[in-house]
Amino acid sequence: MIAAMLGEAWVAMGANRLRTFLTMLGMVIGVSAVILMLAVGQGAQKQVQDSIASMGSNLFVVLSGSVTSGGVRMGGGATPTLTLADAQALEELPGITAVAPSSPGTAQLVYGPNNWSTQVIGTSPSYLTVRDWTLSAGFPFTDSDVRSATRVALIGQTVAQNLFGEDDPVGKNMRIRGSPYVVLGVLAPKGQSLDGRDQDDTVLIPVTTAQRKLFGGQFIGTVRFMTVQAESAEAMPALEKSMTELLRQRHRIREGADPDFMVRNLTAVAATAAATAQVMSLMLGAIASISLLVGGIGIMNIMLVSVTERTREIGIRMAIGARQRDILIQFLLEAIIISVVGCFVGVVLGVGGAMLVQQLANMTVVVTASSVMLAFAVAATVGVFFGYYPARKAAGMRPIDALRYQ
Amino acid sequence: MSADPIIRIERLYKEYQTDAGPVPVLKDVTLDVMPGEFVAIMGPSGSGKSTFMNILGCLDIPTSGTYLLNGRDVGAQSSDALAHLRNEVIGFVFQGFNLLPRASLEDNVALPLIYRGVTRIERLARANEMLAKVGLGGYSRSRPNQISGGQQQRVAIARALASQPKLILADEPTGNLDTHTSEEIMALFTELNKRDGITIVLVTHEWDIAAGAQRLVRLADGRVVYDGPMSEAPPLVSGAHA
Repeated sequence: MIAAMLGEAWVAMGANRLRTFLTMLGMVIGVSAVILMLAVGQGAQKQVQDSIASMGSNLFVVLSGSVTSGGVRMGGGATPTLTLADAQALEELPGITAVAPSSPGTAQLVYGPNNWSTQVIGTSPSYLTVRDWTLSAGFPFTDSDVRSATRVALIGQTVAQNLFGEDDPVGKNMRIRGSPYVVLGVLAPKGQSLDGRDQDDTVLIPVTTAQRKLFGGQFIGTVRFMTVQAESAEAMPALEKSMTELLRQRHRIREGADPDFMVRNLTAVAATAAATAQVMSLMLGAIASISLLVGGIGIMNIMLVSVTERTREIGIRMAIGARQRDILIQFLLEAIIISVVGCFVGVVLGVGGAMLVQQLANMTVVVTASSVMLAFAVAATVGVFFGYYPARKAAGMRPIDALRYQ
Repeated sequence: MSADPIIRIERLYKEYQTDAGPVPVLKDVTLDVMPGEFVAIMGPSGSGKSTFMNILGCLDIPTSGTYLLNGRDVGAQSSDALAHLRNEVIGFVFQGFNLLPRASLEDNVALPLIYRGVTRIERLARANEMLAKVGLGGYSRSRPNQISGGQQQRVAIARALASQPKLILADEPTGNLDTHTSEEIMALFTELNKRDGITIVLVTHEWDIAAGAQRLVRLADGRVVYDGPMSEAPPLVSGAHA
């Protein structure tokens, strides 16, 4: 029965090809717009998410705070107040996976005829865990390197390219501020950070080496900041409290006095960025959906015209035994075929368009199965929804009136 | 053939509601048609014969009175059941042929069978059989606009026959045809009636056409004014238009 109805619908649609094509075009444009817009939106979202993920997840940063010395309040971070011992104490707290103390500085690197100025971070092996960073070659330095302050380094991709060029840096000796360091490994590429800095332009060395041998300075044993990773995002608010509590005790800060450190939750920043990208993605989808709606109204319009035009045909069909349901199904099927076929073409064009955008505009676009399915489901629903009223109108005709219609 | 009438109409009234109040169209019509009969219904314009035909065809329902079609009370049926009755019992032939212009002749003839859930292969086989029966065997793939009026009416008859009806209702079937073609169509009806035993009820205003029937029912002003054998019908009072 349905097969016969499909055949009927096919004949009816074939009888007015241009009109069928134009009606379908509304759906095609709607669906491809939805898919393309979602792809662009999700691409932007993915870009943001990648940058966030490159930062590491569930992170706190503990910074040195302001110190009041002789009535003069220094700005945050002006005086290093955090120590390696603080880092070790924090690591003992339940719910914390890793703590990476950081003593950054800038230094000139030399290898053979090349030299390069970059950021050198003195840190511990947990830095790689916290930043979710892997090595593309070689091995990381270990806790024993930290204990004995050995001159070893991990270099970022940008440094490797600028300093070593085509050479394999692993195992080579380079100089940092004139002293020789062995390159143990090369960090995997991470790309831009959220604020646009090149994260690969960096060198990691043991924190003790940085303190004692490279940067030196007045407060040996202090670190500029610590990056702390929590086990889960849910535990972060509680952890923030217990970390503050612990550090206050360790730094002997009296009740009511300002602490000499700051605990910052980085997730909030990431969440804002992710939310912004998502809103953009949704907005693009919503705008595109409007064209889908317009396409649907186009279908309804044409189906209404078609029902009026074919009143006599409806009368004939009823006279020879079509039930109201048969007429309803016939017209509904036509609307659904138009929307579903239009949708197929729209999916193809949308996905093709997304690829073209990726190629030509060099944008990240993400076509997900769910967005294609969504567009498809919406299109089919639109077909049924906007096809139902005209079909209902056709089925509700009285056979004699329909037969007499001129 | 059973002795039960295929059409039994008793004290049938039909009124149309207009702004000026109800207008009676059929008044107290009582009529039985036995299986195998060939009945011509005649009457001047406004006599109610079209309305009568619509009621016979289950396209319209009476205001009061009973209509039993093939033993079933039409007034008590749902619209789906009426559609089913039209499909199973009745074959329609209209003055304007009423073929679907975009469908091939075989698809036109096969149309009633779609609503019966017959498979496409069987539908087309039956359709071609019926086309052959009305003398259009070679035209299955043609379209209605490619053949003459007489041929179109034959296709319409083939379509009516496709559902193997007990009753054919023909509403002015020769109204759009020339004399020669009309005679051919009437010959076809007569053959279907005689050979296949199909009951035929035909509305016409032409004596020559009505003469092909065995029985004549004349309507005037919504009432039956004559019901008897064609041969004994009294001559018309005025002109060719009864």
